[in-house]
Amino acid sequence: MTDLWSGLAQAFWLVVTLDAELVEISARSLQVSLTALVIASLIAMPLAALLAVRRFRWRRGVIAILNALMGLPPVVVGLVVYVMLSRSGPLGVLGLLFTPAAMIIAQIIIVVPLIASIAHQSLRDLWQEYHDLLISMNVSQWQKMKTLLWDARRALLTASLAGFGRAIGEVGAIMIVGGNIDHATRVLTTAIALETGKGDFALALALGFVLIGLAIAVNLAIHWLSRTEREGRW
Amino acid sequence: MTELFPLKVRGAATARRGKMLVGPVDLDLCGQKACVVIGPNGSGKTSLLRLLHGAARLHRGTITWACPTDEARHHQSFVFQRPVMLRRSVLDNIAYPLLVHGVKKPAALDAARDWAGRVGLTEMLRRPATVLSGGEQQKLALARALVTRPKVLFLDEPCAALDGRAMREIEAILTDAKTAGTKLIMTTHDMGQARRLADEVVFLLGGLVHETGPATTFFDHPETPEARAFLNGDIVE
Ligand SMILES: Nc1ncnc2c1ncn2[C@@H]1O[C@H](COP(=O)(O)OP(=O)(O)O)[C@@H](O)[C@H]1O
Ligand SMILES: [Mg+2]
Repeated sequence: MTDLWSGLAQAFWLVVTLDAELVEISARSLQVSLTALVIASLIAMPLAALLAVRRFRWRRGVIAILNALMGLPPVVVGLVVYVMLSRSGPLGVLGLLFTPAAMIIAQIIIVVPLIASIAHQSLRDLWQEYHDLLISMNVSQWQKMKTLLWDARRALLTASLAGFGRAIGEVGAIMIVGGNIDHATRVLTTAIALETGKGDFALALALGFVLIGLAIAVNLAIHWLSRTEREGRW
Repeated sequence: MTELFPLKVRGAATARRGKMLVGPVDLDLCGQKACVVIGPNGSGKTSLLRLLHGAARLHRGTITWACPTDEARHHQSFVFQRPVMLRRSVLDNIAYPLLVHGVKKPAALDAARDWAGRVGLTEMLRRPATVLSGGEQQKLALARALVTRPKVLFLDEPCAALDGRAMREIEAILTDAKTAGTKLIMTTHDMGQARRLADEVVFLLGGLVHETGPATTFFDHPETPEARAFLNGDIVE
């Protein structure tokens, strides 16, 4: 019990004094996850819009695959990315294994299906509302997608935040492809796993505080966004 | 100048899951005159408008405009019974059809402001369209339909849920559009409105054109007993 209390006190101290190691790890976590999020959103949003407005042959198949991928265990994603990037793998020449780039790739694969699925649901609902009007106005396929993406931007931001929450809290995949190397690929979640294993509860708890803080911030933002969305203020 | 009329409809019909919604219909429409489609609920008024506009699939027959159909389509606007509000401001809603067809933003916004003024929405340009009242939404839909200066304006029961004042305002806008050379093709279940706006009448019954002709003739001397009964307010199936 005393362990826990002194750990908490030290953790609190680390946070308020902006401990160098804590800041470095947190910054890297944000950098990796935000980069992954931006790239994943750029892939997922147009894909979701396309799935909403176009009736192409493999549409149902693509949606089913996205939904299936959403439930994919991150560890398996990590394993697959590892195999692809390892020296003997097809992308081995790039030398990306155990770099932040590898972690970004893994996180992109993990969050694209999530963002695309959530975004697709909102865009599909909006499309049902808009369908008759946009068809009657002879709006081009590309303009339809643009219109939906713009008018659903609140819901899309919610989707992105959900993706961010998943990316920043993920540990299995980035542990495998990043290797949790000090000053190189160590991020919040992998550091917590390591420090807990070593018995350094103070640092682990401090890292945990930061992670929880981020998660709470994301959830508050989602809550606030969906409220303004419901009230029709965009 | 593209000429859309005369419009020739020959044996046109549309179906849904094997059930005929309207048709086969034969009609000849010329420009200028306002055409009002009337008939009991479910007689196919909405389906006929959608069919003429090209929003419903033509399963049989032909619909021939005086120009290629694609081109004719660019000169048409459609106002739905339940107006569709884009999740944007009133101003952006009205400017939308211009913007998606390549009009530069300043010009589109100017035109939108102008039309908002004509339908009496100047006070609420910045407001989200979805918070407008039913009458205001219908006026917005009208402004958005007219901003492209269509040659044909389809209206599906534009005053279905509106009170007297909103209805008068909308009829005034429609009369102006007519004077400006827009062909109105509309449905209504309000016989007063039909008399005020119609130059020609199409009376539908069970998905078929039961009687058609100039408005004055139709309202004063309907030929068929069903049309007579309908105008009397009797139940016609
Ligand atoms: N999407 C649809 N699917 C199946 N039946 C429909 C559909 N739309 C309309 N109908 C049917 O077609 C007939 C004509 O409908 P409609 O054109 O809406 O009539 P009106 O506008 O005169 O009330 C009705 O019997 C209606 O039930
Ligand atoms: Mg109808």
